[in-house]
Amino acid sequence: MDDHNMKDNLAAEGFAGAEPAVENLTAEDFDADGFMPEEGEGFQVLEDGMLPMMDERKRFLKIFFHRKTVAIGFGIFVAMLLLAVLAPVVAPYDPYVQDLGNVLTGPAANHLLGTDALGRDLLSRVIFGSRVAILVGMVCVVVSALIGVTIGLVAGFSSQAVNSVIMRITDAIMAIPGLILILLIVAVFGSNIFAIILAVSLGMFPGYIRLVNGQVLSVRQNDYVLAELAMGAKHSRIILTHILPNVFSPLIVQMSMMLGGAIMSEAMLSFLGLGLAPPIAAWGRMCFDGQKYLSMRPLLSLAPGFMIMLLVFSVNMVGDGLRDALDPRLRGTLG
Amino acid sequence: MPEQKNVNVVDLENLKIHFPVRRGFLRKKIGDVKALDGVTFSIRPGETLGLVGESGCGKTTVGRAITQLYKPTEGLVKFKGKDLSGLSYNDLRPYKRQMAMVFQDPYSSLNPRQRAGDIVGEPLLVHEITTNDQEYRKRVSELFKICGLSSDMSDRYPHEFSGGQRQRLAVARALAGNPSIIICDEPISALDVSMQAQILNLLQSLQEKNTGMSYLFISHDLLAVEYISHRVAVMYLGKIVELSDARDLYKNTLHPYSKALLSAQPLPNPAEEAKRQRIILEGDVPTPLNPPPGCSFHPRCPYAAPECAESCPELKDYGNQHFVACHHVS
Repeated sequence: MDDHNMKDNLAAEGFAGAEPAVENLTAEDFDADGFMPEEGEGFQVLEDGMLPMMDERKRFLKIFFHRKTVAIGFGIFVAMLLLAVLAPVVAPYDPYVQDLGNVLTGPAANHLLGTDALGRDLLSRVIFGSRVAILVGMVCVVVSALIGVTIGLVAGFSSQAVNSVIMRITDAIMAIPGLILILLIVAVFGSNIFAIILAVSLGMFPGYIRLVNGQVLSVRQNDYVLAELAMGAKHSRIILTHILPNVFSPLIVQMSMMLGGAIMSEAMLSFLGLGLAPPIAAWGRMCFDGQKYLSMRPLLSLAPGFMIMLLVFSVNMVGDGLRDALDPRLRGTLG
Repeated sequence: MPEQKNVNVVDLENLKIHFPVRRGFLRKKIGDVKALDGVTFSIRPGETLGLVGESGCGKTTVGRAITQLYKPTEGLVKFKGKDLSGLSYNDLRPYKRQMAMVFQDPYSSLNPRQRAGDIVGEPLLVHEITTNDQEYRKRVSELFKICGLSSDMSDRYPHEFSGGQRQRLAVARALAGNPSIIICDEPISALDVSMQAQILNLLQSLQEKNTGMSYLFISHDLLAVEYISHRVAVMYLGKIVELSDARDLYKNTLHPYSKALLSAQPLPNPAEEAKRQRIILEGDVPTPLNPPPGCSFHPRCPYAAPECAESCPELKDYGNQHFVACHHVS
């Protein structure tokens, strides 16, 4: 190692004489003195196109649809959404019109799935039931995620003492049996859609706190968070631009699982007679109503039950696919 | 902040950083890890100070104390003559703008969800250095060029770069705010040898272009430290044991620990390598939870005398700005 020239120069000038670093370094400074390395020496400047590059959207779609189950799940989910949106167009009958002369018929040409105890068309009711399930499920997930993620991010980024307090309270909330909490809220606020959304969301948000808190605790160990702290970035900036995007994948998966859970909770509430008031077509309620005729007309319970299963499955598959497709480490692996 | 000449960029005065160790349900404090136990040194404008020592001796803690990631238990950190203790996180921002860090692991130091251009431009946004989008882009592509990267690559994510390129991104980010000092915390340890040379040369040429910029170069690679540093400090168990001009330290090593450390370094010349005398130290590094009394090196020191166990030697100048903390150096 014979590179003390620079040190000699600096020593001759004396460190004290050196100007503090205030001027902007520019690329031209370096070019002028031939600092930019010549070809074959120093490092090579990689030009774009030397590495294979993929279109962002194409890559996302490719990974997302790579697994067949995800593709199928996504197809089912889209079909369910369309069914919910287009229910009045698709359904052959009005789901609320009773035909008391034509009750409990089996599947036939004019009623594809038959009719229920009040003579309403089962197929139409199943189709309209998707509206309640998807609406309640999605609103619950969004509400609980907003609350839970906010608290989780703050808890994870706070000092250990604050973190402990928040997490112990969360544990306490989680210790309340979900069903009892839901029953309590519905009993207090009545069987309307807001009470149901509130009840289901309150049952779910501590799960987000726990998930996000754990993720933040692990993400903040990374040097890039340390680099931000050393740089003096505002804490809100660190949380929103550096931590949140890095906890996003597990969050998406959690939200999709929770969507399934919320749909199930709503169905369960309806099944227990605490859901939306009777004439409204809700799958859980239909399962319950149908069980009296289970031996005679099993479709009355099985059809809405099958729809619940199908929707929850499709939602979980979509979540799984999103997790893979949102992971930048899988970028280009399927190129 | 007015710029002052002839003022050290960083002064550490008797800096102590102790981390409490807590055990049990009630988190009772059972002791302190004395990561830094009275460190005093200065970094001058335009110089590179190398900091060497074995794992766990507190090298990284020094770097993080300067950037105020750890609060001192005792002692002072001064930046350009200004005492930083007692300032809140927000009050520290104008000072932090003038410091930057390059970390050891370029895989963990870059946000995997941020594009390379945004990573490099981060300090510009954090400190509101550029005011419009055009200026920002221009500066980012300039920084890319300075560090030998094509600005076409600014839309890529970190995982699309190699280790050496990532470390260049980290250096580019560090340069963005035109810092007076860059804390390089083992910047080459995670890279292979050819990449190490690239980063060392990059750092050195940046300093040649901008003579006011200082480095604190933390490493356990003694050859790299000799190559890049003007002065070198040797640390042992939270204390500086020797501090001197780089050439002087390598040619005229005075502290027994430094001698042992340097003797562990293989020599590039096979003839010299064959003659190299290794000093093998007995025992392990004592725990910083309970450092030995007196000179903390005495249990392993071949020259230890009774007085070494009693009084802790001060860092003294043995001529030519060569500081050593040992009772037996004359």
